[in-house]
Amino acid sequence: MPLVSEIDFGTPASRSEKMVTLTIDGNEITVPEGTSIMRASMEAGIKVPKLCATDMVDAFGSCRLCLVEIEGRNGTPASCTTPVAPGITVHTQTSRLKDIRKGVMELYISDHPLDCLTCAANGDCELQDMAGAVGLRDVRYGYEGDNHVKARNNGDINAKWMPMDESNPYFTYDPSKCIVCSRCVRACEEVQGTFALTIEGRGFGSRVSPGMHENFLESECVSCGACVQACPTATLTEKSVIAIGQPEHSVVTTCAYCGVGCSFKAEMRGEELVRMVPWKDGQANRGHSCVKGRFAYGYSTHKERILNPMIREKITDPWREVSWEEALAHTAGEFRRIQYQYGRESVGGITSSRCTNEETYLVQKLIRAGFGNNNVDTCARVCHSPTGYGLGATFGTSAGTQNFDSVEHTDVVIIIGANPTDGHPVFASRLKKRLRQGAKLIVVDPRRTDIVSSPHIKASHHLPLRPGTNVAVVTSLAHVIVTEGLYDEKFIRERCDWSEFEDWAAFVSEEHHSPEAVEKLSGVPAEEIRGAARLFATGGNGSIYYGLGVTEHSQGSTTVIAIANLAMVTGNIGRPGVGVNPLRGQNNVQGACDMGSFPHELPGYRHVSDDATRETFEKLWGVTISNEPGLRIPNMLDAAVDGSFKGIYIQGEDILQSDPDTKHVQAGLAAMECVVVQDLFLNETANYAHVFLPGSTFLEKDGTFTNAERRINRVRKVMTPRNGYADWEVTQKLAQAMGLDWNYSHPSEIMDEIAATTPSFAMVSYGYLEKMGSVQWPCNEKAPLGSPIMHIDGFVRGKGKFIRTEYVATDEKTGPRFPLLLTTGRILSQYNVGAQTRRTDNVVWHEEDRLEIHPNDAEMRGVRDGDWVKLQSRSGDTTLRALITERVAPGVVYTTFHHPTTQANVITTDFSDWATNCPEYKVTAVQISPSNGPSQWQIDYDEQARHSRRITGKMEAAE
Amino acid sequence: MNLHVSSRDIGERTLDIVSEMKSLEGPLLPILHEIQAEFGYVPQEALPIIARELNLSRAEVHGVVSFYHDYRDHPAGRHVLKLCRAEACQSMGGDALAERVKSLLGIDFHQTTLDGAVTLEPVYCLGLCSTAPAAMLDGEVHGRLDADAVRDLVAEVRA
Repeated sequence: MPLVSEIDFGTPASRSEKMVTLTIDGNEITVPEGTSIMRASMEAGIKVPKLCATDMVDAFGSCRLCLVEIEGRNGTPASCTTPVAPGITVHTQTSRLKDIRKGVMELYISDHPLDCLTCAANGDCELQDMAGAVGLRDVRYGYEGDNHVKARNNGDINAKWMPMDESNPYFTYDPSKCIVCSRCVRACEEVQGTFALTIEGRGFGSRVSPGMHENFLESECVSCGACVQACPTATLTEKSVIAIGQPEHSVVTTCAYCGVGCSFKAEMRGEELVRMVPWKDGQANRGHSCVKGRFAYGYSTHKERILNPMIREKITDPWREVSWEEALAHTAGEFRRIQYQYGRESVGGITSSRCTNEETYLVQKLIRAGFGNNNVDTCARVCHSPTGYGLGATFGTSAGTQNFDSVEHTDVVIIIGANPTDGHPVFASRLKKRLRQGAKLIVVDPRRTDIVSSPHIKASHHLPLRPGTNVAVVTSLAHVIVTEGLYDEKFIRERCDWSEFEDWAAFVSEEHHSPEAVEKLSGVPAEEIRGAARLFATGGNGSIYYGLGVTEHSQGSTTVIAIANLAMVTGNIGRPGVGVNPLRGQNNVQGACDMGSFPHELPGYRHVSDDATRETFEKLWGVTISNEPGLRIPNMLDAAVDGSFKGIYIQGEDILQSDPDTKHVQAGLAAMECVVVQDLFLNETANYAHVFLPGSTFLEKDGTFTNAERRINRVRKVMTPRNGYADWEVTQKLAQAMGLDWNYSHPSEIMDEIAATTPSFAMVSYGYLEKMGSVQWPCNEKAPLGSPIMHIDGFVRGKGKFIRTEYVATDEKTGPRFPLLLTTGRILSQYNVGAQTRRTDNVVWHEEDRLEIHPNDAEMRGVRDGDWVKLQSRSGDTTLRALITERVAPGVVYTTFHHPTTQANVITTDFSDWATNCPEYKVTAVQISPSNGPSQWQIDYDEQARHSRRITGKMEAAE
Repeated sequence: MNLHVSSRDIGERTLDIVSEMKSLEGPLLPILHEIQAEFGYVPQEALPIIARELNLSRAEVHGVVSFYHDYRDHPAGRHVLKLCRAEACQSMGGDALAERVKSLLGIDFHQTTLDGAVTLEPVYCLGLCSTAPAAMLDGEVHGRLDADAVRDLVAEVRA
């Protein structure tokens, strides 16, 4: 298994369909018009020497190494900036070119250290390669005189020398090795879109500068790693490479953080992970990454990771490490005892959106076939369940309609309730690239998120609505489109039911949906709503991307329907550049939903009451499946408090920290007799567990993840599970302990079972994925290559369905006691409950949750930046430190939920979406007041958590 | 020229200047000129404000400012004397003249006299090759300089 080597073509591919034929070094080659001579040469297998060119960024033409000669043309043009032309004859190697190249390399090397043997890039240095390629044997200029290499020149301080910048936790910047090729600067601009780097000074004084001659950590850098990837020398180098050395083999796998599902090469030395490098052929990320996927994998070897199974009688006891056999036999016995004592429905389980499709499938199978009920749910309950409901009702599928490439063809983008630069950074970079090309942007969000205004990006309209008024605002956009006659009648007549449209059009045209009426309740100026609606309806390809700011409301499903209506009424479905795109939070939340994790659905979104579907599984599994939907997570907790639900198997989810109304979750868990947690760490939920089964990381198992664009990506094992077993093996062993006859020897066999039972996965197999790289479901006889874009010739459900979306204000209202609205979200460097990212160096960017508050609200309450404040709602209170910012509107406060010490969900209430019970995280009426430090509840909680994490025979784990 | 502006004033004045000029086509260089005219240099604190208002990154603005030698990062003396150091002036005795000015002022290039009276800077061609050697004092050009003429110039700035 060698290193996966990727060809660097030097310049990006041309999209032209017109082909041009030319001759390079005697080879005739045909390439698309607009291709550079450098790229054409590489396609013919001829490597023109180069330093400043790489195919992730546009040609720059500064290194003067890639010169060529073209018959009939004067001079020696740079092959990277010179496009091909029909019939030309190019020579890449002549005596004139050889002399020039040698001369150029001599100059480069005269200001470069000669420590190749001890350099971290040894073996992976393009400068070294080029010195070899041009035959450099001597540097006539010597190494004395002006240079950036030595700290001292003949005893004097060398003002041009700069020390290494080690401020970023993951990579170093060593200016003495820099050849000023600008690849890092251009990668930051063109690929990532942050513009954190520049070349400062001029001439010989030119140096790469983060920010305004700052260090990397203090600069605008978001640590995506694109610059490190682009650097041809050791100037920007992963600290892990410095520590370990160059990798010797690599395996392509899929990131386990957000729903973008980036493909990475896990570059290895033996079983040690040297670095994660984004894979250029990854069709979701196209060779880009963010700080989490690229660098934040250190949790997999963190000292707090639990590697042995543990059990205990009571949750007040310390944990006792036991063998896998004992732990599994104990668990199986407990579940059987509880079912015997309290009935078949008294146990259930939660599948994980962080685990693979195969693992999720097994957990729901264990519950349906082993527990004999439908009490299975998943964390999508608390995030995108309204997406499933809303898009299912209107279009007929529970998933986004596009692939990520689609964004390259969009002209107007609406982002609602999503913060892509923090939550889905790689998608955000691709979006920003399109926006810099001229696409227009409309942002609907209570906060002024970074995408509203950042370098070279400016939203045409920002609709800063009051939290909880999504339905009113989106319906009002439709009002403008309908009443001003901007709808796409042809599309609607062809694809939708016209009479349903007429009914809906009459509904949205009512006066109380006008922007002027909606302004009063949403706080969004009517003109902004009108402007945004007109732009979306008339600006070309219109796409809508949304996140949890849409779904996590009491009217989450209604907003999803309103969004679907908006896409249909403007004819923006069924081709590249348009569509409705939920930005899904977790790596495999799409997959977890696909795999039948909901209490009412079997794999492939087929209702449990459907006899034919049940029969398929009943035959295969040899059991009878209940035709009644089981309990959802909140119902399980309610039933536990009532005493009828006693045991739960939770794989890879921390419901105590992530689910709303923490105290209710605590009460539910505390009332159960057997809580089984399978996780990497003793998470917050594990404080209430009786059995802990150690989990495995994505690096330690084979499987598949399905990302937000329905793309099924392979996850490949690169190291032995440190806990002994991959998660699918643990579930299988538990099933066997419960008497089920399961004998999967590899996850591919589980996928074969999924394909055999689920029509939308019919053609998926590991062999097929190996061949295709990845596929987007549906992937079956009708769509053997998968389905990058859905609803092309018509909606899956037949006719697109317009549904009325009446705005009903949430019951969670502000009043004199709780005058502010709290909304919650994520930050770039941390991920969800932070169980992983808090255990990496990402904490340097976000070591605690802060409460964002508008200066007016802060002044009124005597709160200064950095002060401790008490945050109080009807549900509870907590304390955290204030961050005063105008990003939030007056009357709105915001925080993240990454740290268990803050426990933002103590504050959130038990209100939820009317259709799916998705909790209303995004709206809580609160009051804040100055405080001296952590609340009594936080102190008690911390004490309880510490107590609960004791392990017999081990020192108390330091938090 | 106010040499003792607080950073609060810098912020407010910068914002005024940027707001006034941001609708220009290619507004960054004119804004930087105006800021230098206002403060006598381009204060580091002004850069993030310019960046934010023009939708640029701090790095981009820093890249531009540091590219042009004419943008100062600290205030100059009350007078700025620029001596041409390009080829034509050198061939007409510019080197000796430069040494003379340095000794008269007691400073080297890029330095300011202790009394804050004058800053001495090299410049690479004022376009006055026909009247070399040449210099520029506070924006006014002087040609055909000799020892006496520079003594007069120095006396003028020292006054």
